[in-house]
Amino acid sequence: MTDNPSGIIPAVESLPLAEAATAEPQAAAHRPRGPLAKWLTSPAPWLNVSGILGFLLLWHLLTTVLRLPLFDKLPGPLETVGEWFSRNPTYGISVFTVEYYQHIGLSCLRVFLAFLLATALGVPLGLLMGWKKTFCDYTFPVLELLRPIPMLAWVPLAILMWPGRETSIVFLTFLGSFFATLLNSWLGVKSIDRSYFRAAASLGASESLLFRKIVWPGAMPFVFTGLQISMGYAWFSLVAGEMLAGEFGLGYLIWDSYILVQYPVIIIAMFTLGVVGSLSSLIIRLVGNLLIKWKVKEA
Amino acid sequence: MGLGAISVRGATKVYNPDEAAILALDNCSMEIGAGEFSVVVGPSGCGKTTLLNAIAGFHDLTGGEILLDGAELSSPGRPAKPGADRIVVFQNGALFPWMTILENVTFGPLAQGRLGPREAGAEALAMLETMGLSGIASDYPGSVSSGMRRRAEIARAMMNRPKVLLLDEPFRAMDALTKTVAHQFLLEVYDRTKPTVFFITHDLDEAIFLATKVYIMTTRPAAIKKVLEVDLPRPRSYKLLASAQYQALRQECQETVRAEALKAFTAGEREM
Repeated sequence: MTDNPSGIIPAVESLPLAEAATAEPQAAAHRPRGPLAKWLTSPAPWLNVSGILGFLLLWHLLTTVLRLPLFDKLPGPLETVGEWFSRNPTYGISVFTVEYYQHIGLSCLRVFLAFLLATALGVPLGLLMGWKKTFCDYTFPVLELLRPIPMLAWVPLAILMWPGRETSIVFLTFLGSFFATLLNSWLGVKSIDRSYFRAAASLGASESLLFRKIVWPGAMPFVFTGLQISMGYAWFSLVAGEMLAGEFGLGYLIWDSYILVQYPVIIIAMFTLGVVGSLSSLIIRLVGNLLIKWKVKEA
Repeated sequence: MGLGAISVRGATKVYNPDEAAILALDNCSMEIGAGEFSVVVGPSGCGKTTLLNAIAGFHDLTGGEILLDGAELSSPGRPAKPGADRIVVFQNGALFPWMTILENVTFGPLAQGRLGPREAGAEALAMLETMGLSGIASDYPGSVSSGMRRRAEIARAMMNRPKVLLLDEPFRAMDALTKTVAHQFLLEVYDRTKPTVFFITHDLDEAIFLATKVYIMTTRPAAIKKVLEVDLPRPRSYKLLASAQYQALRQECQETVRAEALKAFTAGEREM
């Protein structure tokens, strides 16, 4: 510590530490390629494609070539894809028919409404529960009792309570996603380090400022994880609801096709659910990354 | 601003009064003068942080009282209210990770409604400038070095012109080199505005180099065992570390602390 013979302490500003901050942005500007170009030149896309091709090949082998006992009733990939993209589908459902999009549209609308409602109720309720212990003491036992009840157990009540199929289905879908949103928003507040609350209080923050500047942004990463999970639950519950009470929608289409022995349509509807489900969770992820820039940068 | 004298009179704190009671502070008294750089050293878990939290207003006392400039701040059942006259710099850092450095630094004046957004921004930029941090104003805390974060947190505290600056082992996680820079930085800040400083540490060199007075605490339950006057001239530089006066102080401090540390070690104290 005494190896500074002149005894002169260099000014803080001139130390390399201070320079590091100004040097960093320049380094970022020198990055040669964008993330997409980087991804395309990596092995990842080729591995992705071979994975999909391998899956299709296996499916073809099992259902069409080997015709193993488990799989002999299932349509193969050629039959399914042929039907899916046919201008004249045998069973009336393909990308060229209006009905196909009606099913998709109605399912998406139901999920959207239920998800919106679950978010609008679940996020504020969860944040409040995490923030105010008294409120949590009131609500937690009831919610913890209701939460584990499987969504399907609600079906009779849903039908008794709500007029018409539409509201019942949306209600069931809502229930599926509500608890995941609530629980994660609550955990989100719990995950915030106590020091942040103390620091904000000592800096003079009022209660409402504390909520807006600490609770809300601090819980955000958990809230968005919760929204992704709850979107998954929403689709799960939707299909169950539609199978039981639907007149339209992808879940209804799957069940109806089973009864009418239109097996390729089942597979088409299933894959369609896979695609819209992935897209909806991708949208949530993108919105989340946009709102939680600080976390993205930290990583 | 100005002033900032802290009187701790017979402060006592018992955790868990009902069950397995832990006596963290036992009749601890100290008089810290306005503008004094006080450093508190003592064995791990001795109750230093308990005292700091009581001054900051994060919890109350079981007995005794704390006064700020003669006015009662905290007494049993009446905890101090956290306020911008006593700002804490936390052990693990508490810059809000979801705000940029600039937003963090402007938080205090905006929260108190003392400044409008424009004035706060201008003042914060000036503060960051004097602290050599203007380059990172728009960065998030997660993307700058720990040394930078520490400085930014001190900048955030100083924006409120606090009477008292409470620091809880702020440089604990730093490597030795960064630490010397941080010390120099903190002393520059102190010499500029002379707030009362209450600084907790384990590091004796750090304590003597920074302090006007070093308060050595006993092992838990904590009370003040010895007060060491450090009358080394200011502004201080690292040349001091080689001086005979410094070495003598270091020796005295070491002996007192060692005796307490040994007691704590044999008693099998755990970190609180």
